[in-house]
Amino acid sequence: MDKVRKYLDTKIEPHFAKGGRYENLAPIYDLFDTIAYSPSRVTQGLCHLRDALDQKRMMIIVVMTLALPMAIGIYNIGYQAALAASVASLDIAGWRIAVMEFLGLNVYGSSFWSNVVYGSLYFMPVLLVTLATGGFWEVLIAVLRKHEVSEGFLVTAFLIPLTMPPTVPLWQVVVATSFGVVVGKEIFGGVGYNFLNPALTARAYLFFAYPAEMSGDAVWVAIDGYTQATPLAVAAVSGAAGLVADYTWMDAFLGFIPGSMGEVSTLACLAGAAILIGTRIGSWHVMSFIVLGMIVAAWFLNFLAPYSENPMFEISPMWHFVLGGYAFGLVYMATDPVSSAMTIKGKYIYGALIGVLVVFIRVINPAFPEGMMLAILFMNVFAPIIDHYVIQANVKLRLQRYGKRQA
Amino acid sequence: MMSTSTEGMQAEEKIRARKKTIKEIKKNVWFPVFDNNPIALQILGICSALAVTSNLKTSVVMSIAVIVVLCASNTLVSVIRNQVPSAIRIIVQMAIISSLVIVTDQVLKAFVYDISKQLSVFVGLIITNCIIMGRAEGYAMHNSPLKSLFDGLGNGIGYSIVLLVVGFFRELFGSGSLFGVQVLSLATEGGWYVPNGMMLLSPSAFFLIGFFIWFVRVWKPEQNEDN
Repeated sequence: MDKVRKYLDTKIEPHFAKGGRYENLAPIYDLFDTIAYSPSRVTQGLCHLRDALDQKRMMIIVVMTLALPMAIGIYNIGYQAALAASVASLDIAGWRIAVMEFLGLNVYGSSFWSNVVYGSLYFMPVLLVTLATGGFWEVLIAVLRKHEVSEGFLVTAFLIPLTMPPTVPLWQVVVATSFGVVVGKEIFGGVGYNFLNPALTARAYLFFAYPAEMSGDAVWVAIDGYTQATPLAVAAVSGAAGLVADYTWMDAFLGFIPGSMGEVSTLACLAGAAILIGTRIGSWHVMSFIVLGMIVAAWFLNFLAPYSENPMFEISPMWHFVLGGYAFGLVYMATDPVSSAMTIKGKYIYGALIGVLVVFIRVINPAFPEGMMLAILFMNVFAPIIDHYVIQANVKLRLQRYGKRQA
Repeated sequence: MMSTSTEGMQAEEKIRARKKTIKEIKKNVWFPVFDNNPIALQILGICSALAVTSNLKTSVVMSIAVIVVLCASNTLVSVIRNQVPSAIRIIVQMAIISSLVIVTDQVLKAFVYDISKQLSVFVGLIITNCIIMGRAEGYAMHNSPLKSLFDGLGNGIGYSIVLLVVGFFRELFGSGSLFGVQVLSLATEGGWYVPNGMMLLSPSAFFLIGFFIWFVRVWKPEQNEDN
């Protein structure tokens, strides 16, 4: 390895340094160099202590925890398709089927591997397109602004496909990723300055721009022409009774329900949460208060259920917890270190309001069966205000204390 | 001899004054288009820019309506500027503007009823358009009618440019058409273009105005605020 490093330092790096031949492309060199090696830069100020956990390592840990929901999500795509194919005998064709046949796998079969391969054939193209599109914008902007390529996009690139339905058209992924990266983040100055979560911005853009491909009944199972409502949509129509008739709570908890590619498994999200909290990357303040807010709001609406004709009122917190994007948003979206509140008290308020809002949007708003994305984006907008007032309150408190001691 | 030279000097002075006025008028017309755009720099009149720009037809009609009202109100306010007691000047301006808006609304209803129906209350709401009050109060009250007329024209054009740009992109991407003529063939009718539903929602105008401001400020960096 030392030889490689030496070669890079003496032969390659000077070209990218100031005054070198490819000075403008320095961000690209830096991007690849720091994947394998820790950056050689040293601190400039008086303090020379540095945490081993720099931004790049942090992002990579988050991506690794994303592997769990991703794996179950991929399996689930194939599982749902096989399930649908066994119920309704549908004639399916396309390049994915050709690949499956080439590998000797049966689409209609329910074997583990055929499900995984079929799921990957849906998930991987979306992931690759997201990485390519986002990478293009990141590198372009890094070169234009002459700064390093930011690692923040790595997490965003994995989050975006996980929030999409399996059948999302690839060109829409390109449009949404561009919007999320450029408008959601770079316009405001790049990583660290974005007040909205870029992955959710991308999803929200598609949600409003192309509702036919992002919501409704036809997009959740990866078979053309097959329609199946998500459990939340079922609950919106026929309440808890309809929900129990079609799905078991355990299925929803483990992740064997139709939904966006990565959001289905609550168990996997909780495992990810454990790792994130254990490594202190994710904030338990935010997560616990989202749960608390959701339970309080759901109980409140359960209490009102006898007085309402809306069947969603009777959905218990247990169900809210495992349905839709709740767990995924809770663990991976709301805790985004940039767009969430920064102060501890602010995090409590921010989290609790997300929890309350998600239930209210799901239950009371007739237009959207799912509310996690909108609740988080809405509170992202308010996070700076919450922080401002928390800090002002602290300033006031300390002034008072100081004044008392003086007197 | 003496008298002719004074006459000559007077004539020269007149010419110089006229040149100065023409220069000022030119500036009045062109300055608000990009350098001091009422929407992009002063952030006035946003509401109607969001509301009426889902297609080009309404954008154009709205632009014409605002230009007409703005020119007329600026001229009329300027004509009577020395007769109006300053305590009630806002009320007088309002009376003039609202009369003009009512006339415009009636004309639209009489000649382009369909579009007037689409514009609904927003023609009436020209009264509350900050640009018009702003120019009457900020310019026409202190300047001659001719200059005020052209100031109104310039600001009207500045407003219209943004409306047309926003309307162009919203109609093109939102419904694949321009002025109601199908330009991009829609996927629902066997074509290739899938319309972008967000472009038909008002918030998309915010994004487009934002992009417009972005491009103008890249072009003219002196518009950037210090922070």
